[in-house]
Amino acid sequence: MEKFDVIVVGAGAAGNAATYTLAKAGLNVLQIERGETSGTKNVQGAILYADALERIIPDFRDDAPLERHIVEQRIWIMEDKSHVGTHYRSDSFNEERPNRYTILRAQFDKWFSGKVRESGALVINETTVLELLKNDAGRIVGVRTDRVGGDIYADAVILADGVNSLLARKAGLREEIEARNVALAVKEVHFLPQDVLESRFNIQEEEGVVIEIAGTITRGMAGTAFLYTNRESVAIGIGCMLEDFKGSGVSPYTLLEDLKNHPSIKSLIAGGEVKEYAAHLIPEGGYKALPKLAGDGWLMVGDSAGFVNAVHREGSNLAMTSGRLAAETLIALKTAGKPATAANLQAYVEALNDSFVMKDLRKYQHVPALLEEKQFLTTYPTLLNRAAETMLRVDGVDKKTKQRSALGAFVQDRSLFGLMKDTYKLWRAFR
Amino acid sequence: MHIVVCIKQVPDSAQIRVHPVTNTIMRQGVPAIINPYDLFSLEEALRLKDQFGGKVTVITMGPPQAEDALRKALSFGADEAILLTDRAFAGADTLATSCALAQALRQIGEKEPVDLVFTGKQTIDGDTAQVGPGVAKRLDLQLLTYVAKIDELDLAGRTITVQRRAEGGVQVLKTRLPALITMLEGTNEMRFATMTDMFRAARSPLTVWNKDDAGITDISKIGLKGSPTVVSKVFAPKPKSVPAQMLDIGGKSQTEIADLIIDTLSAKHAPLYGELFDRAL
Ligand SMILES: Cc1cc2nc3c(=O)[nH]c(=O)nc-3n(C[C@H](O)[C@H](O)[C@H](O)COP(=O)(O)OP(=O)(O)OC[C@H]3O[C@@H](n4cnc5c(N)ncnc54)[C@H](O)[C@@H]3O)c2cc1C
Ligand SMILES: Cc1cc2nc3c(=O)[nH]c(=O)nc-3n(C[C@H](O)[C@H](O)[C@H](O)COP(=O)(O)OP(=O)(O)OC[C@H]3O[C@@H](n4cnc5c(N)ncnc54)[C@H](O)[C@@H]3O)c2cc1C
Repeated sequence: MEKFDVIVVGAGAAGNAATYTLAKAGLNVLQIERGETSGTKNVQGAILYADALERIIPDFRDDAPLERHIVEQRIWIMEDKSHVGTHYRSDSFNEERPNRYTILRAQFDKWFSGKVRESGALVINETTVLELLKNDAGRIVGVRTDRVGGDIYADAVILADGVNSLLARKAGLREEIEARNVALAVKEVHFLPQDVLESRFNIQEEEGVVIEIAGTITRGMAGTAFLYTNRESVAIGIGCMLEDFKGSGVSPYTLLEDLKNHPSIKSLIAGGEVKEYAAHLIPEGGYKALPKLAGDGWLMVGDSAGFVNAVHREGSNLAMTSGRLAAETLIALKTAGKPATAANLQAYVEALNDSFVMKDLRKYQHVPALLEEKQFLTTYPTLLNRAAETMLRVDGVDKKTKQRSALGAFVQDRSLFGLMKDTYKLWRAFR
Repeated sequence: MHIVVCIKQVPDSAQIRVHPVTNTIMRQGVPAIINPYDLFSLEEALRLKDQFGGKVTVITMGPPQAEDALRKALSFGADEAILLTDRAFAGADTLATSCALAQALRQIGEKEPVDLVFTGKQTIDGDTAQVGPGVAKRLDLQLLTYVAKIDELDLAGRTITVQRRAEGGVQVLKTRLPALITMLEGTNEMRFATMTDMFRAARSPLTVWNKDDAGITDISKIGLKGSPTVVSKVFAPKPKSVPAQMLDIGGKSQTEIADLIIDTLSAKHAPLYGELFDRAL
């Protein structure tokens, strides 16, 4: 059987970016995806960040299936019956090359996969890679698939097989991902007629709204929720750390039901018809949970490497960027006639270090630990909402007294020292 | 031996929704698959090829995306794939589809005479089961529908013997070639393609035919023009809103359970009780 320059396992954002970049440069690439068509298994909110894709396919806007570009971002801190929040909307987001879009992953991935095929890569679907093949020296030399005659060899293997990366674990390239480093998210897509949706969210055709949500809705578990507008549907989802789910015994689906029934959300999705239900893991351990990223004959990209910025809900862009950088590293080695040894693949890690991928992950490295402290998840959201209500309710009490009582509630529930400590932690985590 | 298998790419019906406002079928985002019934025909054709040698050609009439269905058929082991695609075919009903396919099959036969044609029993989207018979009629092929098993293929004597599932039993039918067969579902299981076949399917060139390539000259017989069928209305059936009623049968004997069921039913449908009573007499 023929030998390839590179085998890419997985056709998600990371695998497609890597395969496309490699094939465009003329390398002989085989991409293997277990799904019936690329994208059937992948889950995302889904916000697409244009920049990462633009660096791979500059004119993607010409034919990619984009739902809406984002003109408005809301951040809500929820309490049981209320939310306080910020709201930023600008007409300058209605630019020629918008920066963020909502997408439907199934359609987007299908499009991306089409581009990958056009680029000259050999794409094989409905085929599962069972394990990595090693030579006597321990170097990864290929993959074993579930088909007859399915051992295939290559100079390098890119692992773009997503959050679980069973393959890396089996080959002893990484540890099993810990429950405290992975979130479980559930999401639904609700169909709404376009005109209803646009009037509800106060948007024009093609404009979109993003709502990011935190607060008591996660019942003290570390997690967030979201609502995104697509062309004719809204995506609504919620996720928390797997370990917290295990600890609380609350099911993700219960949280999603709570979210849909929250008075701030209910009217936004009323009358919608559920089109899709999905659940997926997200690696949210951040910088401190990163595994080894490359070795003899292999590289890890995207979710399999744990490249997710949970604070900004960015994943697909880190996936695409790491996929591109892995490809560029291999292209450079091929051009220089150098083998894909662990030492030579260090160039990939260096390229990552120079990019926003590592810079952002490093910046937020303290956030996962922060979210293990419950005051950030329930106490503050409750206090904030109560404070807002106290200030807004006109009931004969003067504003100064109201202010004092609101502040007093913070001190009472968290103590002055606790407040100072939390401020420091927040500052350190987000500086 | 040359076998042609007609396949149709259909939306995965398990994932189709009707647009709540316009009542049109929402195909957006619904994955397309090979009509599941066609896979039984394709597998049967491939088994005949395994046994007797020869060639299996697959053909589909559809939009350019139907290429995926053809490539999949190639991965299972079909030798050649023909995509019949032309704007002129759009809006075809079963009659126009049969006419177009029949002409394309004629064209295929000019180069390599066709011994057997397979189609699925029916599709999961159109569901009419008319295209197979329609093609057979136009090409004057012997028609064998609902075939459960091929007992014998005698290439020298140019006959085929099959078991056909019919109302109340099985018919054993023998006829001459060329014939058109529609296979019954569940009669075989599609093979799992080898890696080599996957590579070949992904890389082989497709034969793409427009109406001229297929030798179609009379466009009044194809596409919308050749389709006398009119869709007057499309609507989603109302979901059944009456929930199932649970009966407590704990500790009851079979007779008591039967009585309970009859009593419960007749309490809701009085005439039923009368009818049962009459019959019992
Ligand atoms: C609910 C939710 C909301 C999110 N929202 C956003 C968002 O709004 N914006 C954003 O940027 N990111 C978001 N993310 C994160 C984002 O979806 C991921 O970071 C991104 O999809 C990672 O891409 P990937 O290619 O690494 O992995 P995936 O997209 O998971 O792709 C992995 C692929 O590998 C295949 N595969 C796995 N194992 C094998 C095998 N053994 N053999 C063959 N194939 C295999 C899988 O079938 C799959 O296609 C969200 C995630 C979730 C769960
Ligand atoms: C008025 C009208 C307008 C229509 N307009 C459109 C339209 O614009 N676009 C559209 O996509 N559909 C359209 N359809 C549906 C389309 O005409 C039917 O799906 C098609 O004629 C096949 O009928 P069927 O699905 O019932 O197949 P059946 O008769 O149930 O199929 C039996 C077997 O015939 C073979 N077969 C059927 N169709 C094909 C094919 N195309 N290529 C190869 N083999 C085939 C397969 O082996 C299949 O298992 C329309 C139907 C009507 C009635």
